[in-house]
Amino acid sequence: MNLDALTSTTGEWLRGTGPESDIVISTRIRLARNLASFPFTHRATPQQRAEIESLLRDRITRLDLPHPLRYVSVAALAPLDRQLLVERQLISRELANGEGPRGVAFDDREAVSIMVNEEDQLRLQVMRSGLALEQAWHEIDHLDDLLEAKVCYAWHEQYGYLTACPTNVGTGLRASVMLHLPAIGLTRQFEKVLRSLQKINLVVRGLYGEGSRASGDFFQVSNQITLGRSETTVLSELQGVVSKILSYERNARAALMAEKRMELQDRVSRALGALQHATMMTSDETMELLSSVRLGINLGLLDDISMDAVNELFVQTQPSHLQKLVGGPLDGEERNAARARYLRTRLRHTA
Amino acid sequence: MRKCNRCHKQATLHITEILGEDQFEEHHLCEQCAHEYLYESPMGKKSPSPATTDDDEETAELNTRECPHCGLRLIDFRKSTRLGCPHDYEVFAEELNPLLENLHGETRHCGKTPRRLPQARQQQSELARLRRQLQSAVLQEAYEEAARIRDQIRQLEGL
Ligand SMILES: [Zn+2]
Ligand SMILES: [Zn+2]
Repeated sequence: MNLDALTSTTGEWLRGTGPESDIVISTRIRLARNLASFPFTHRATPQQRAEIESLLRDRITRLDLPHPLRYVSVAALAPLDRQLLVERQLISRELANGEGPRGVAFDDREAVSIMVNEEDQLRLQVMRSGLALEQAWHEIDHLDDLLEAKVCYAWHEQYGYLTACPTNVGTGLRASVMLHLPAIGLTRQFEKVLRSLQKINLVVRGLYGEGSRASGDFFQVSNQITLGRSETTVLSELQGVVSKILSYERNARAALMAEKRMELQDRVSRALGALQHATMMTSDETMELLSSVRLGINLGLLDDISMDAVNELFVQTQPSHLQKLVGGPLDGEERNAARARYLRTRLRHTA
Repeated sequence: MRKCNRCHKQATLHITEILGEDQFEEHHLCEQCAHEYLYESPMGKKSPSPATTDDDEETAELNTRECPHCGLRLIDFRKSTRLGCPHDYEVFAEELNPLLENLHGETRHCGKTPRRLPQARQQQSELARLRRQLQSAVLQEAYEEAARIRDQIRQLEGL
């Protein structure tokens, strides 16, 4: 299975379009499901895992979908290819680093992915560009119905959909919204966001799960509760919190433009300049600079550079994409030099 | 690269927990430790689970009780925070309910239900029956019988 063709493009969810796309990068919903008649993945024997995989692979590839899914055996992939799928958010780190028979099915848009033999035997995922919780829910709900007609899910009258970990039992639903909040970061109002999250148990994490708070101002907000609250309730609570955060970020952006426009212009222009001319570039620095450039485009402070290109670069400057794009294994300084070279080439025409 | 606060793997989750007005705590954890953290933190703060208040002998007995279907013991679950099979939710219901209450604030599902529920339930109990038969056939070394049952199971799973 050759995945190299993937590197030159990105999934549709990174197009930078969709509702509220000046702040919301993407919306993702996943459902955890298991089969009624097998132990959970970590407790299944190697033979049972192989049986589960072949059963699910067969059912998944026979689903009647407008965008057909192709199945990739993750066990058969080279480590670099597994990492590539992690960077594209098609599989989790846990699946990439796991063992035994396991795989993923995804469509050409990379909008749908189904992991097999992750912590749960089935992890369905739908990705959308921008804020699109309702749309993503309809798509995954339908996908779940189609699969459920072909397999027998582990289900319990009281506990709902049964999962390997009690943190996911019930709906098995985790909805996440990836936000770009540079102005909140610059104006140090992050505790406002945290306070709005407090009431409904949301988790904040960095983009790609790498780097810390400081790296690029990307945050993922997702629900924690899966038992006792319906899918629609959870999604509307999340929508409510996200709307609040959006207004904080918009107010902060407006305040910066009103009071510190020159400073901001300098910041975003310098960021673009560094990306276009530097000869060494770490992953964290790239994230921070791209974050500033993204803000600059959204505020009309930078022309000549498209949001698409910037969004693409977030993924393509990740280690395994970079390695695929420039060829050959890279580490340390070599990688930072290659990253800078790649950024220079991609951003050259826009100077 | 930032290391996990609890072990030496790469930290991939950055969780900010709010302790009170203007006071919060950051945790940088790997996927696995974060999982444990999310699972254990509500428990640690609220009332201790019944098992820890019992005397040692009872605790030991409780911890070694095992699921007849997958062999998971409560102590295994405490270590890995993963259940072994779908039956465990019933087998360990008494121990799980306080945990679920702490994690979710509820112990009863609300939301989507499988569409073919009655049919599925019937099929589920039929599958469970066949699996038990299979197990005893294997124990009795009745391999032809076992093969026949296995075919039946496959057919049922394949609908
Ligand atoms: Zn750890
Ligand atoms: Zn069990």
